[in-house]
Amino acid sequence: MWRKMPLLMTALMFGYAFLYGPIASLIVYSFNENRLVTVWSGFSTKWYAELLQNDQILGAAWLSVKIASVNASLAVILGTLAALALVRYKRFKGRQVMETMVTAPLVMPEVIIGLSLLLLFVAMERVLGWPEGRGQLTITIAHVTFSMAYVAVVVQSRLAHMDQSLEEAALDLGAKPRKVFFAITLPLITPALVAGWLLAFTLSMDDLVVASFVSGPGATTLPMVVYSSVRLGVSPQINALATIIVVTVSIAVAVAGVLMYRKEKRGI
Amino acid sequence: MAIEQLWGAGRMTPSTPKWLRGRTLIIGVPWLWLGLFFLLPFLFILKISLSEAALAQPPYLDLIREVSDGLMTIKLNFGNYLFLLEDPLYLQALWGSVKVATISTLLCLLLGYPMAYAIAKSPNHWRLPLLMLVILPFWTSFLIRVYAWIGILKNNGLLNQWLMSIGLIDTPLEIMHTPVAVYIGVVYSYLPFMVLPLYATLIRLDDTLLEAASDLGCKPWKQFLKITWPLSMPGVLAGAMLVFIPVMGEFVIPDLLGGPETLMIGKLMWTEFFSNKDWPLASALAAVLLCVLIIPFVLLRHYERRSEEVL
Repeated sequence: MWRKMPLLMTALMFGYAFLYGPIASLIVYSFNENRLVTVWSGFSTKWYAELLQNDQILGAAWLSVKIASVNASLAVILGTLAALALVRYKRFKGRQVMETMVTAPLVMPEVIIGLSLLLLFVAMERVLGWPEGRGQLTITIAHVTFSMAYVAVVVQSRLAHMDQSLEEAALDLGAKPRKVFFAITLPLITPALVAGWLLAFTLSMDDLVVASFVSGPGATTLPMVVYSSVRLGVSPQINALATIIVVTVSIAVAVAGVLMYRKEKRGI
Repeated sequence: MAIEQLWGAGRMTPSTPKWLRGRTLIIGVPWLWLGLFFLLPFLFILKISLSEAALAQPPYLDLIREVSDGLMTIKLNFGNYLFLLEDPLYLQALWGSVKVATISTLLCLLLGYPMAYAIAKSPNHWRLPLLMLVILPFWTSFLIRVYAWIGILKNNGLLNQWLMSIGLIDTPLEIMHTPVAVYIGVVYSYLPFMVLPLYATLIRLDDTLLEAASDLGCKPWKQFLKITWPLSMPGVLAGAMLVFIPVMGEFVIPDLLGGPETLMIGKLMWTEFFSNKDWPLASALAAVLLCVLIIPFVLLRHYERRSEEVL
């Protein structure tokens, strides 16, 4: 392959270097003893120790994890329903609108999503008295709204490629529709649900812009803390945090990938 | 067909109320959620963009006001839109966004196309891991990946240290806070969105077409121009829109990597909203941005259907 297409392979390698170089530099310099992040002066893990004592970051991280888990679970339910509706019902009223509403959040600039939801929440609070103030709840609602679109896309492609003969066989053998769904459809789309959950979780953990708009006093998520600290310049603690995030994500993706690959191989 | 029975309401007992049947719930619940939290908010953007800013909480005046008992008036204020036209800053920002989005889309294509092509042409068992490697960075924090470039690009950063140590330059290059840094950051962050749809169309390319062409004496570069490139067009356009549309409203990258020269509409909206507390003007900006994005969005929907394939 190298011999056949040297130019192409060079482009591929350059692409990967471009994607991973910056991440590698973050990890390497998180072990730098110097306060000036990019001036190497010796190996040290002291920034990790400092990070673990930084209550502001830890508190924000915990809030983010809470929001992200609730968000991911709700997004999987709503996204799966949306995917089922779009794949299984070819014709229904409002299908076009629903298709648009499922695609649009994937590309819609975050500043627009954030601002529009904030205006909605403000108006709702004035008219209905709910949601009272802004914080964890409003951030979660906002995150579910764009995460469920991603889940829907992932589940949709799984449903579309799924072999429907198993469902048909079960129905022919007299299983009730609900039973067929839980005994056959659901296990078949589980890999997509897991991928969708993880995707929704990371999207929520990662979101700065939408959360900044719809958050209120007292609800500061991890990206908001990182952003305000990054604005002041590079900081070794952020490098340590970045390393922890990258390593966690890589492990999670690798485990999920291997599990799904095995499942696929067993022919389930 | 049996499968339709499963998903239709056919098997429900007649006594089940209509709204409780599977079909209604499956369609209705996500529809309502998206309608309420995605569609409806756009109307509020429109509404607030037509209202007047005020020193109040929330900082705008209602469109509908009671003049004297029972007499209501609706006052539409187009002043925000007129202001956007009057002050050259806003048109410049719009132009800046279009420019950054267009150029970075082309750069993503230039870098992403060979990558997608190489992955599609690599041996079977290599494809999935190679593709995963493209997607993986997308799963790690966006903010932190942009942050990584600050350490690399700043005046005493890693790039300048390296270039000076090998003697290529004497004085550090000024890259941070320039448009170049913004392009690097955008291409870096959005590259996966270009590679994935490209890969999805390239992998389905029928190799026999190329074989036939080469049997008939067609040169490789001509094969590419006449066969591969036209057939991958749906992927190219889907990828281009997946990059172009979100970059138009990008805030984080121009804010952290760009300087005063990089005017972009997303950043301006953020400033109007958070620093100037001018919600109506920020809404008017959002409405303008939305209008501009409708055309590329329709294009995206069109080509997405043709290159249907995901992550």
